[in-house]
Amino acid sequence: MKKIRTHSDFERIKQEYLKKSSGRTIVLRTCLSTGCRSQKSVAVSEALWSSIEKKGLQDKIEIKQTGCHGFCEMGPIMVVEPQNIFYKKVTPDDTDEIIEMAANGGGVIDRLLWKDPVTKETVKCERELPLYKNQKKNVTYKSGRIDPKDIRDYIAAGGYEALIKVISTMTPDEVIDEIIASGLRGRGGGGFPTGVKWKICSESPGDIKYIIANGDEGDPGAFMDRSLMEGDPHSIIEGMIIGAYAIGAVQGFIYVRDEYPIAIDHLSGAITDAEEYGFLGNNILDSGFSLSLKIKRGAGAFVCGEETALIISIEGRSGMPRSRPPYPAVEGLWGKPTVINNVETFGNVPLIISRGREWYADTGTKNSKGTKVFSLVGKVRNTGLVEVEMGTTLREIVFDIGGGIRRDRSFKAVQTGGPSGGCIPMSRIDMPVDYDSLREAGAIMGSGGIIVMDETSCMVDVARYFVGFLMGESCGKCVPCREGLQQMYRILENISEGNGEEGDIDALLEVGQFMKTTSLCGLGGTASNPVLSTLRHFKSEYESHIFEKKCTAGVCKNLFDYYIDDKLCTGCSLCRIKCPEKAIEGKKKEPHVLDKAKCIKCSICFNSCKYGAILIT
Amino acid sequence: MKIPVIIDGQLVKVEKGTSVIKAAGIAGITIPTLCYHDALKPYGACRICMVEVIYQKQRRVVTACNFPTEAGMEVHTDTAKVREIRRMVIRLLLARCPDVPILKKLAQSMGIEDIKLKQKDEKECILCGLCVRFCDEVVGANAIGLSNRGIEREVTTPFKVLSGTCIGCGSCTYICPTGCIEMVVDGEKTGMRMEMGNISIDPCQDNYECETCDVDKEFMTTVKRVFAEFRNKYSSH
Ligand SMILES: Cc1cc2nc3c(=O)[nH]c(=O)nc-3n(C[C@H](O)[C@H](O)[C@H](O)COP(=O)(O)O)c2cc1C
Ligand code: SF4
Ligand code: SF4
Ligand code: SF4
Ligand code: FES
Repeated sequence: MKKIRTHSDFERIKQEYLKKSSGRTIVLRTCLSTGCRSQKSVAVSEALWSSIEKKGLQDKIEIKQTGCHGFCEMGPIMVVEPQNIFYKKVTPDDTDEIIEMAANGGGVIDRLLWKDPVTKETVKCERELPLYKNQKKNVTYKSGRIDPKDIRDYIAAGGYEALIKVISTMTPDEVIDEIIASGLRGRGGGGFPTGVKWKICSESPGDIKYIIANGDEGDPGAFMDRSLMEGDPHSIIEGMIIGAYAIGAVQGFIYVRDEYPIAIDHLSGAITDAEEYGFLGNNILDSGFSLSLKIKRGAGAFVCGEETALIISIEGRSGMPRSRPPYPAVEGLWGKPTVINNVETFGNVPLIISRGREWYADTGTKNSKGTKVFSLVGKVRNTGLVEVEMGTTLREIVFDIGGGIRRDRSFKAVQTGGPSGGCIPMSRIDMPVDYDSLREAGAIMGSGGIIVMDETSCMVDVARYFVGFLMGESCGKCVPCREGLQQMYRILENISEGNGEEGDIDALLEVGQFMKTTSLCGLGGTASNPVLSTLRHFKSEYESHIFEKKCTAGVCKNLFDYYIDDKLCTGCSLCRIKCPEKAIEGKKKEPHVLDKAKCIKCSICFNSCKYGAILIT
Repeated sequence: MKIPVIIDGQLVKVEKGTSVIKAAGIAGITIPTLCYHDALKPYGACRICMVEVIYQKQRRVVTACNFPTEAGMEVHTDTAKVREIRRMVIRLLLARCPDVPILKKLAQSMGIEDIKLKQKDEKECILCGLCVRFCDEVVGANAIGLSNRGIEREVTTPFKVLSGTCIGCGSCTYICPTGCIEMVVDGEKTGMRMEMGNISIDPCQDNYECETCDVDKEFMTTVKRVFAEFRNKYSSH
């Protein structure tokens, strides 16, 4: 009988599990999350098993198949404990050697270590990697350390202790007060104080209430929520149970996009296990409180991440936002009071309960507490999933954690907040990252995407790209968003094709501002951010596109030419060989010449020249 | 319980939660609308009904058709900001539908001569959703819906095939503010057809008489009577 009724049942299960696994002192943590899987980490994991069996080391070595560690770019990755050795890009051919070394307790395989692209030094331990060592892993701590498919592993790591504390020692109102006092704000984008949302819902009249976790994550390039759902599903579930207890919900839903099959698999397994152990279902931990959880799969429209559209989608109708008020906390799913929070928000809840409001409120800035998980991508050297304390500066994220800009190019901007976020220029790089500073700079926290851009990114093109994306994702219900996006897109297209005119900038500002004040939902309300923020910080770039017909970043094809600087060119011929149009001519060791008429501006030569001799006019 | 609300300086007392537009109606103030109808749930899509409200010292623009009033709320329906918003709604809609009479009329009343926008189209439907909601909420036939999203959005029958559930009541043609749904009278059995751009909505081809039909027979008798009267009226022309 696994059902836990008392605290001693819980301790017994935990101790049994710890005892069982204590014999195997060597643990190989291999990532089986989506990023590493796409690099064939499943085959690596299988090869590790057979290497262990071949050597008969089953009692000594344990393989822990974990969720995302964060350094997805280097996948398949693994860590050998207790020495904490980090191996990157592991292949099935490496496994015999890895097992051999691990069993002997000494030695590392140099070729599998991560090498700093600048200093060329290798780093042996996971905890010393620049990508990790400057992070503060709270919410993502367990992902990468526990087996997400084994509830006992979660329990052994301190899981479900918060739930037991809540149910045995706290009233619902005390839970809400604790969350309010911690200062936790929603991680789904809006940054609404979570405890306050819970309070409003708990005070709304009604016997039936619902709780929903938003795991839709529609931003292109973002994968924080996916990693958490895959790597630590129980922490989300535990947070939801605590939330349901606080507001008095009896039914909950986790809304996950259908493109996340592993997340769905891990979450549904976790729900079944939690039911089996008595953390979910009827009469949870013998307290009289009951909750059932279900997974709802979303069809992957960006707008379905918006809370009212998401609720309508759960109800089985087509996901289109509706006006608020009434807010979901008052009138939500099937008209009942509903709390909807982002999955990362729920992931914070057990930590706050276990370690206390003071501990939580101690991290972060005045109005943004705790940590935030970001997906760091773009032109930085190290990309991946990073969790940092609120208030960390952009410089620390881009340079200390991200390792700076690739190919020694210069930093130009970071785009935060997903497609409807904004671009922040170099001059603001020492800005602390929190809800308020980002908003002040014309960007948003969004769900936590950070895209780093260098001198080769054209800001007009960036705005055009995001507006194009949003135009396709707008639900089309309200006039400002549907028609406004089309107008902005047309203007941006004209500008980037070299047909920009006087008045275009004013028109963009006018339509963009109008959309901000009048759109029905947050999609339209934020959709002009990419345009307004680039206009604010990079206006001269728009002007040179419109008036001088120049794209100095070398992106808008009608607005620049490549040429070869004969002083810098060493005549290595690499560009000549690579050019698909045979537009470059020259003898070896003599300066080459590029024929503008033949050049299609594919940028292959530009990116391949080691001497920086190919320039943009 | 009635609450006091001040609309353009005029004090009115309304039930708490009454929408701003209804409260304004009581005060005798008309707010322009394109997607609102008394018989339907508010939709909040056209945004032309936006007004400024001041409540608890906060000033914001909201859609009058669905924003609930609160005690002591101040509503301003004709500020410079409100006028600017309405003009922009009309400009954007005219860019989409240059020939729709109601839009042209509104533009004229607002003194808009040049819409000053680049992206232009030749559509007729403004996607107010009135037809779809009327067919659903009032008629209960659900014969038409809004499909696709964003710029592809359109009013159509499910899967764009002939609708079997349209009862031919003509409500959609009546409620459409742009006149883009037309009722066409032809055919012996059905009497009429709704033409909407490239789709047509036909009432049941079998006159709702076969065994499997779950349409309310009594209701259909009434509908058929209306059909007959309609047909007679037209044929006597
Ligand atoms: C267009 C749009 C897309 C959104 N997508 C997401 C999403 O993918 N995930 C999410 O958690 N919140 C998303 N949100 C925010 C939700 O509407 C909602 O604010 C959030 O789930 C509330 O949870 P929180 O308070 O924990 O942040 C989106 C909002 C908008 C306007
Ligand atoms: S703002 Fe855009 S996504 Fe939101 S309701 Fe309006 S059209 Fe739909
Ligand atoms: S005529 Fe047909 S489509 Fe139009 S409202 Fe009536 S039932 Fe609906
Ligand atoms: S067809 Fe007419 S009523 Fe229906 S959405 Fe279009 S404009 Fe509105
Ligand atoms: S009438 Fe209010 S939004 Fe259309």
